[in-house]
Amino acid sequence: MYSNKVMDHFTHPRNTGEIIDADGVGTVGNPTCGDLMTMYIKIKDNRIEDIKFKTFGCGAAIATSSMTTELAKGKTIDEAMKISRASVAESLGGLPKVKMHCSNLAADALHAAIEDYKGKLKKNKEEQK
Amino acid sequence: MTINNVRQIYVDHSAGKPVDSRVVDEMLPYFKASYGNPSSFHRFGQEAKQALDNSREDISKLINAEKPETIIFTSGATESNNLAIKGMAIRNRKKGTKIVTSAVEHMSVVNSCKSLVRQGFQTTFSPVDSYGLLDLAKLEENIDEQTKLVSVVYANGEIGTIQPINEISEIVHKKGAYLHVDATAACGQIPVNVKKDGIDLMTISCNDMYGPKGVGALYLKDSLRIDPLLHGGGQERGLRSGTENVSSIIGFGKAAEITRLEMKSESKRLVKIRDSLIQGLIDPVPYTFLNGHPKKRLPDNVSLRFNFIEGESILLSLALSGVFASSGSACAAKTLQPSHVLLAMGLKHEEAHGSLMITLGRQNTQKDADYIKELIPSIIDRLRNMSPLTPKELKK
Repeated sequence: MYSNKVMDHFTHPRNTGEIIDADGVGTVGNPTCGDLMTMYIKIKDNRIEDIKFKTFGCGAAIATSSMTTELAKGKTIDEAMKISRASVAESLGGLPKVKMHCSNLAADALHAAIEDYKGKLKKNKEEQK
Repeated sequence: MTINNVRQIYVDHSAGKPVDSRVVDEMLPYFKASYGNPSSFHRFGQEAKQALDNSREDISKLINAEKPETIIFTSGATESNNLAIKGMAIRNRKKGTKIVTSAVEHMSVVNSCKSLVRQGFQTTFSPVDSYGLLDLAKLEENIDEQTKLVSVVYANGEIGTIQPINEISEIVHKKGAYLHVDATAACGQIPVNVKKDGIDLMTISCNDMYGPKGVGALYLKDSLRIDPLLHGGGQERGLRSGTENVSSIIGFGKAAEITRLEMKSESKRLVKIRDSLIQGLIDPVPYTFLNGHPKKRLPDNVSLRFNFIEGESILLSLALSGVFASSGSACAAKTLQPSHVLLAMGLKHEEAHGSLMITLGRQNTQKDADYIKELIPSIIDRLRNMSPLTPKELKK
């Protein structure tokens, strides 16, 4: 049912865990629906220096989380914002149709983490004024 | 069995069972030698008819039916449930238009009832407690003068809970309704006796007794009349037209005979393995719970839930280690909805998502159970370490 790439990321997920002093945190999904993801990012010079994830969900949810962190690591914030659900699924060699919607949320979690970082940045600047 | 040096352990027997080789042997002559149509007048036909009647007798013996003619062959449990519910409802339309069933039924019962609602019938799904046992007081309340049919599962294959059919039958008959029982998972695992249990109609599955798929039966009490779903040449007393699936029905008879002779010892063996698995998984893995009743339980059924993680990822991990099981999680289902049976017992969605169903069979041994017991705790730990829902004290 899943591609070899999905199974690889499910059995050996990259970048799992938390970043305690993260610059941005994004959570999407809902345990009621069976998928919940949190992304943690550390930013240096406008680039994603480190990224980690925690996911409750099916094989596809775990694999897309892992793939998203791999795609995002080292990218600038603007580049990372361009990572989409479709590009994550494509990098994994495709996902079963039923999983495209519900379990492919990791790009959204990444974007939420970046927005969180941007929000904090803005707040800090305002406070400095 | 091993494939690429990985042991293969199949524990999804409520979904599908292998056909017993004694059953296959019995079936084979009916493909190429005794291929006649049981409705034909000549020797070939009469040979097939005789074989059908023998099977009918084997099945009626297994369930203690009053006579073999009470057994109507169908294409499986789904058709039997459809025939019982729609056939009874439509036959008795003038006497009453309400059907009462339970909240833990198979989809073939649920959707048969729903299809009748579109035709002007009313359906009430009677609630169950946290073990999945029917609330008998509520059931009695739900059966009114309009109710002519009550349909209840003998034991749900997903949670294993066995309903008190005898008590249910008393209530149903006192209220002047008929009782249909879906015995798909139960018949073959525990003694089912239509006379003693007070059952008017009963669904029986062949594959659940290690016979072929695509064949089943409906027991219809001798005095009862229902409307057929399929009209045609009038086979099966006019209640199920279409040339009978002879070879499979022959296999069904053999499967019923083997079950009748071996069920007692086999169930005793499975209960031991079942309980060792349940204890062996609940004890070492915190936040693990049993779904269904601990004692009033089918011998093959181990239904557990592991909090903070999702069932499909448990199934995937198990399959990678050669263990093939099932889950009530939405993500493992085509519908993307968690099992309505688990939700009916009061589980939250996220709890239902973490369910794992292991259903044992004749091929499983205590060694298989020991392998599974060793395997599962590390799978659960790995997934919980990745989950944002896992409480801090469980993290390793």
